[in-house]
Amino acid sequence: MEWSGEEIAVVVLAVLGAAGVFNPRQVPAAPWRIEVVLELKTDMGEDGKMTYAIEVCELVKTYPGKIRALDGFTLAVKPGIIFGLLGPNGAGKSTAIRILNTLSRPDSGTALVDGMDVTRKPGAVRARIGCVPQKSGVDPEATGRENLELQGRLHGLRGRELAARVDELLERFSLAQSANRLARTFSGGMQRKLDVALGLVHRPHVLFLDEPTTGLDPEARAAMWDDIAKLAGEDGITVLLTTHYLEEADRLSACVAIMDRGRVVAEGTPERLKSELRGDAIQIELMRAAQDGVVRAALERLDGVSEVAVEGRALRARADHGATAVPPILAALELAGVPVAAVRVARPTLDDVYLRHAGRTFAQAELGGSR
Amino acid sequence: MTTLMHLLFLTQRQLRALLRQPWYIAFTIVQPVIWLVLYGQLFQRVVELPGFHGESYISFLTPGVIIMTALFSGGWNGMGTIVEIERGVMDRFLVSPASRVALIGGRLAALAVVSIVQSVLLIALGLLLGARLGGGALGVATLLAGGVLLAVPFGALSNALALTVRKQESVIGASNFLLLPLTFLSPVYMAKDLMPGWIRTVTRFNPVTWSVDAAREALKPQADWAAVLARIACLVLFALASAALATRAFRTYQRSL
Repeated sequence: MEWSGEEIAVVVLAVLGAAGVFNPRQVPAAPWRIEVVLELKTDMGEDGKMTYAIEVCELVKTYPGKIRALDGFTLAVKPGIIFGLLGPNGAGKSTAIRILNTLSRPDSGTALVDGMDVTRKPGAVRARIGCVPQKSGVDPEATGRENLELQGRLHGLRGRELAARVDELLERFSLAQSANRLARTFSGGMQRKLDVALGLVHRPHVLFLDEPTTGLDPEARAAMWDDIAKLAGEDGITVLLTTHYLEEADRLSACVAIMDRGRVVAEGTPERLKSELRGDAIQIELMRAAQDGVVRAALERLDGVSEVAVEGRALRARADHGATAVPPILAALELAGVPVAAVRVARPTLDDVYLRHAGRTFAQAELGGSR
Repeated sequence: MTTLMHLLFLTQRQLRALLRQPWYIAFTIVQPVIWLVLYGQLFQRVVELPGFHGESYISFLTPGVIIMTALFSGGWNGMGTIVEIERGVMDRFLVSPASRVALIGGRLAALAVVSIVQSVLLIALGLLLGARLGGGALGVATLLAGGVLLAVPFGALSNALALTVRKQESVIGASNFLLLPLTFLSPVYMAKDLMPGWIRTVTRFNPVTWSVDAAREALKPQADWAAVLARIACLVLFALASAALATRAFRTYQRSL
């Protein structure tokens, strides 16, 4: 069998080529020790100032085709709370999460998670975060227990500690009975629970929940809400929850940020955001369709009543104090000869907040996509 | 150390899934069985041409088809990666401290095991059909190694492609476009001396040729071990280079997210 020089040449070229593209920094190995030192420094905080669990400054991310998914995204999340990142589909929530959990990289801007820079120390970030992705990350060809065990092992848990933690989570998420069944036989709600358990195995400091209840039936959604509500209380971890359900953010989060077109347009506790809006919404159902002009003329003279609009039989107005404004409104309508069928006074919702800050309703934004 | 442990865990995961559906391996050797049985019969008398060296065609064909099977197993391996990406399992591993090398390595290690099982089954079938494999245990071991060392680099390249394009169609397209031509541009079915000149030139640069040559040489009663080892060394380098490329492909994948 002859041996030819060409064959050797080809292989040498292949090796050189690969060596050229192979960057040893990409292989996570030794630098763990160094990171531990840095961790101590950051956790203590400089000058005793409070450090944030998540600190994001001016992130920009553009996808091919000039789609600017993040456009100066800035955010600070205090430790130990559930923080709701709210926005319609396409607002940039998932892109933000993907950068914060090191899956993707920003074009510019900085982000610290638990004090660690996501682009400079992705390994340290990965060790401290848990992620529950929008789509499930469960391995359907493994059992619930095997899924959890592997995840724990990848995070360095071993032996008895691992077994105890896995049992604890299976119990807590009511999966103990099905622990040895293949995950592909799980219901949607069970898979979601397993996803959350996978995110918690290693007791992360920060948990990312990306649209945790999308696609769940109402019953499973209610159960998931209970599980999420317990997280910040019992585990003391910081949860960044993205959702496009206003109700979900309102109910679970201590603090919310509203995203639109790749940036935060409003931030604060749900209560504060809502109280910033001027007054309550008054919705009146008329007995029969009335003329906009007539009604407006009758109501806009009243003190503290504004933004009057009539559409068929539906009348909408805004009042500084909903309850006290109702009697004069009814009286004025009666005087104008417009009979009323029903009245409702509503406190502002996050939808109203969104409307004010993004200039369109949530539903419109969902329909129109990001642009 | 961490990388090695992760490699162990991730390989274990792949093999466990495989053990749950052992018929999968039977499914993957349907085609090579057809090659061995029908091709082996149809072209029986081709060995009467000068250029073959007196062995029976089934003895010539068996190692060839085994190497070809390894090539195909490797080439299609990226499909599994695409399934993992679509299931979200890949992203879950990527946001955990799982070693990137182990993520690819686990797939390739499991691929190596599959390749060995396939080879053993096909050796048994070849012997049943009358193939004579000289060279003893060392010869057979070299045949198995030749298969593994071809499956692994093509598996790595297939995974690199899967991570880069993330589309089943592209991996299917590339595999169909490359694997069969690579087989026919190698001495799997035909002795080199009987090939047209240009094909003989092309075969020299084809890793399939290195693998088939090493296996056939090792299976001769008096093998030229220097030539075998040289081929094996080439395959090892090719495998390392491909695996490095596949590990790097994670960066391309993450950049596109």
